[in-house]
Amino acid sequence: MEYKLTFNDFNKSLKRNKLMALKCGDCEKITVPPKMVCSECASTNLEIIQLEGKGKIATFTTNFVAAEGRECEAPYIIVMVELDEGPWIMGNLIDIAPKKVSMDLIGKRVVMGVKVFPGDKYSAGDMARPLFSFE
Amino acid sequence: MKKVAVIGVAQTNFSAAQEKTEVELFAEAALEAITKSNLTPKDIQALYLGNVLGDFSEGQGMVQAFAAENIGCKNIPANRYEGACASASVAVRDAYMWVASGFYDTVLVGGVERAATLGTALATRTFAMFSDSRYEFPSGITFPAVFAMLAHLYASKYNIPLEKLKEQMAQVSVQSYKYGMHNPKAQMKKEVSIEDVLKSFMVSTPIQLHDCCPFSDGGSALILASEEVAKKLTDKPVFITGVGQSSAGPLSNQSEHLPRIYSREVSSKQAYKMAGKTPDDIDVCELHDCFSIASLIAAESLGFFDFGTSGEAWMKGEAGIGGKVAINPSGGLKAKGHPIGATGGGQVYEIVNQLRGDVEPERMVEGAKVGMTDTLGGDGGTLVNIILERGW
Ligand SMILES: [Zn+2]
Repeated sequence: MEYKLTFNDFNKSLKRNKLMALKCGDCEKITVPPKMVCSECASTNLEIIQLEGKGKIATFTTNFVAAEGRECEAPYIIVMVELDEGPWIMGNLIDIAPKKVSMDLIGKRVVMGVKVFPGDKYSAGDMARPLFSFE
Repeated sequence: MKKVAVIGVAQTNFSAAQEKTEVELFAEAALEAITKSNLTPKDIQALYLGNVLGDFSEGQGMVQAFAAENIGCKNIPANRYEGACASASVAVRDAYMWVASGFYDTVLVGGVERAATLGTALATRTFAMFSDSRYEFPSGITFPAVFAMLAHLYASKYNIPLEKLKEQMAQVSVQSYKYGMHNPKAQMKKEVSIEDVLKSFMVSTPIQLHDCCPFSDGGSALILASEEVAKKLTDKPVFITGVGQSSAGPLSNQSEHLPRIYSREVSSKQAYKMAGKTPDDIDVCELHDCFSIASLIAAESLGFFDFGTSGEAWMKGEAGIGGKVAINPSGGLKAKGHPIGATGGGQVYEIVNQLRGDVEPERMVEGAKVGMTDTLGGDGGTLVNIILERGW
């Protein structure tokens, strides 16, 4: 059975600032990132949709110790954002100095942009990532 | 299903980077476990070995075959288990099932890792491989960052001021360091105060250096045997009476339950049900404290304390020896060390020794009859719980 929305297609869209997802024709739940089946009911009755890319910060951290090859990125802010459509996604946050963040961030409205991670020797190519800023 | 006992148990010192190979580290633990069980390598019917990053630390794949041959267990089936930090616990559960089924009577299980040998940069990169590589690593996720986000979420969800939560987290580390001081196999042997923790280097807000377990080298080994065989070999068999295992997807897709790790609730329920036990029956628990906040989260999903209250429990000593449940009297991953492929074996090693009263008096859980292990791989992707009971 064919994979409806592959990583490659999702990644290509994300690079153009379009956040793609799957909507279940049976239970209506939205699945993102894409999977073979609906993450709620395992149905394959899925339609590709585009999400708004807006939501609120559910949690965050400022990371000071990056993985090998990414040291120059630190410190940087990682967030998990609860999208208006329901699912959470992980991304980075700009618009605020990494050392200035506090618990006040939780609940703040954000809007998605994009930045490409060029990849390393283990990553099988480059990958786009959501880059959030305040709405 | 047959009853399955743990007989001989062993672990190497867990340590910072050292010069023994993975095969050598495991061989030392394995021969000790075999000898303590009154067996010889020729009695071992199969090997179940946890190993995660040997490919990166030594350029060695398929280490289990070389490990079996090295200790004289020639031509036996040898399997490698990779469930990130829970690898050895997955191996124990599978080994348990092979003996419980009656297919084997006597098997060797354990793990080995040289995570410290990797160095911090490569270890940070390879540990991040247990998060979703396509959808979450691009954001620069690392292991401390996962638990850092869970800590902020925990403070927010349970309405605990961050300052207060940080003190509770620090107390988790203080307790673990305290027990680790008396564990001769432990990597970290120093006393720290809450103040020391709060002054330590910031890794990923709000997680500081003393909130994190170290990168470690080490090996662990256990002999599992059927009840009939065990009775001939030891008068102190420790029976595996409950096992549970569960999995989960990317961290963001676990949002419905976070900061709880739901896979732990699934896994521990299986183990409790199988053993016919409840959290109140557990005297001693080695749980997966890769970060201080991870202990609070784990203790709640295992049912020891109500959600949002385990920090208080640690502050009051309820999570220590003499409290409601003795958590991590080995010093835990924090002080004992965390050679990821070997960790689950090290946890079972500790519980078996505690049930046998075979530990240093300063960290002994007097009269412990029922123990439990809890091992987490990745950000909830692999979860294993094992319940062990005195068999005499
Ligand atoms: Zn559905």
